[in-house]
Amino acid sequence: MNKILAGTWVEIEKVLLTPEQRAPQVPEDTRATPYVMKVAGFLVADAELGSETEVRTLSGRKVSGVLKVVRPHYEHSFGETIEELLTIGLGGEL
Amino acid sequence: MSRDNTYQAVMARKNEIMKSSMGLDYEVYRQGELAFDYERMMNDCGFTLEDIIRIQAETKVGNTPMFELHNLTRAVRKISAPGKGARIFLKDEAANASGSFKARRASISAYVAAQKGYKGVIAATSGNYGAAVASQAAQRGLRCIIVQEVFDSHGIGQPEIVEKGRKCEAFGAEVIKLSVGPELFYYLLLTLEETGYFNASLYTPFGIKGVESLGSELAVQIRAMTGRDPDAVVVTQAGGGNLTGTARGMLAAGCRAQVVACSVDLSGLHMASDHDFNRKSFTTGHTGFGVPFATWPDRVDVPRNAARSLRYMDDYILVNQGEVFYITELLAKMEGIERGPAGNTSVTGAVAMAREMDQDQIIVVQETEYTGAGKHHNSQLAFARKMGIEVRRGNPEEGVNGKSIVIPEHLSQVKGRKQDMEKLRVSYLKNAAKQLAPEKWSDADRRFVAADVKKDLAWLDAALKSI
Repeated sequence: MNKILAGTWVEIEKVLLTPEQRAPQVPEDTRATPYVMKVAGFLVADAELGSETEVRTLSGRKVSGVLKVVRPHYEHSFGETIEELLTIGLGGEL
Repeated sequence: MSRDNTYQAVMARKNEIMKSSMGLDYEVYRQGELAFDYERMMNDCGFTLEDIIRIQAETKVGNTPMFELHNLTRAVRKISAPGKGARIFLKDEAANASGSFKARRASISAYVAAQKGYKGVIAATSGNYGAAVASQAAQRGLRCIIVQEVFDSHGIGQPEIVEKGRKCEAFGAEVIKLSVGPELFYYLLLTLEETGYFNASLYTPFGIKGVESLGSELAVQIRAMTGRDPDAVVVTQAGGGNLTGTARGMLAAGCRAQVVACSVDLSGLHMASDHDFNRKSFTTGHTGFGVPFATWPDRVDVPRNAARSLRYMDDYILVNQGEVFYITELLAKMEGIERGPAGNTSVTGAVAMAREMDQDQIIVVQETEYTGAGKHHNSQLAFARKMGIEVRRGNPEEGVNGKSIVIPEHLSQVKGRKQDMEKLRVSYLKNAAKQLAPEKWSDADRRFVAADVKKDLAWLDAALKSI
């Protein structure tokens, strides 16, 4: 396993509530799943992917959880072209 | 010291956590089991409209442009009966610091938090409000934590939500990303307790007072541009704060235009369902928030909600997802402005209404929001298609929430439909009756309930007989 160095920007994941511990008003399909949190921060000590670890978040909190992602980043985009939109507003439909 | 952090134990500590995280004691406003002194609560926060405008100007909030949408108005007139087709105006709230009207809402909370010496602010939100709190906190030198519902049990978040989280981080906020469920509130409480930060709830008097400047500004702008007051103002309705604050600001400016709520109809989809979470293409401005918050405002993260939309609402229009995507595209192509789809909900409602109004009448859309990767109708539609939802052109009424989105082929298919206001008011009464049986309501409770649905005691007595 690769060791991830302390100080690396990572994302951890933590189960906050197991299915049995969830709020009473939660619908059935949601109740079947745990309540999960993800938060990013700087790794406090060297750790391996998938191990229980601790991060220092941007607000300065120390939070523990399982190390899931190294240097998390965003990939959202404008999406694949929806051709149905292209002809709107060209005059024809008014 | 270790505390009991189970769901039940944390919820039981709610009031005590709320009090220390806002420095606000709601008990003093209590007038009965249901009644509280709403106006006194709003006035006690100590800010006049002039104060609000001054505070907001310090942090790049307010004084947003008002545009007349000449081309859209012309198009609407082509599909309307002779003499019909009101002038449509748009207040470009995307020009606020964080790209939406929510900057108004966050501005006063951040100001108060800094004044009271809190080190940081926290907000639980699905979106634009997070970015607004983060942007305002950054300018006031406060730390910021945003608690956000982001992903389903497969770890998937829809592009609009992911983008809103990114924007919070862009302003230096810590974003706590959570899976689907109402326990967001539970984790908000835990984080408030852990950090001692200020609760920048959407529903405090500060949050609503901040929007009053929008209502007064729009009245002043329309008067300057047209020499008269608008006839109707359309407000995208979710939690009710936008409508409440805008309407109060309009009243403060002496403007008595009709206040019309507008939401995307998402009926059939459950808001707390893990399965449905990524099968809705709108994450706010929809009926999943708009209706329950109108018919029972106090279902929020503060003891008494300052956003009480039925107090101010004259009408409520529903539009569907396909109609809003169509209008969003049309706004770009016809008016040359690209804005986020959720904010365009009220543009869609305005088109539907303008068709029925006279040409010399004026209708104002009081909000837009920023757009960009993820927070864009193309992104949302591409994601919907990936989730197995059919996307096609046709009659938008044929769309089935969670299964298909039908984008109009023609502007004449953008019709919207009115919600029955009476039904909404009765639904509020039923919710109030669940808190306390109506025969036990005091005179103060009765007066409060009637005012909360914009009706008098005679209406209340008649309506109570029907439930």
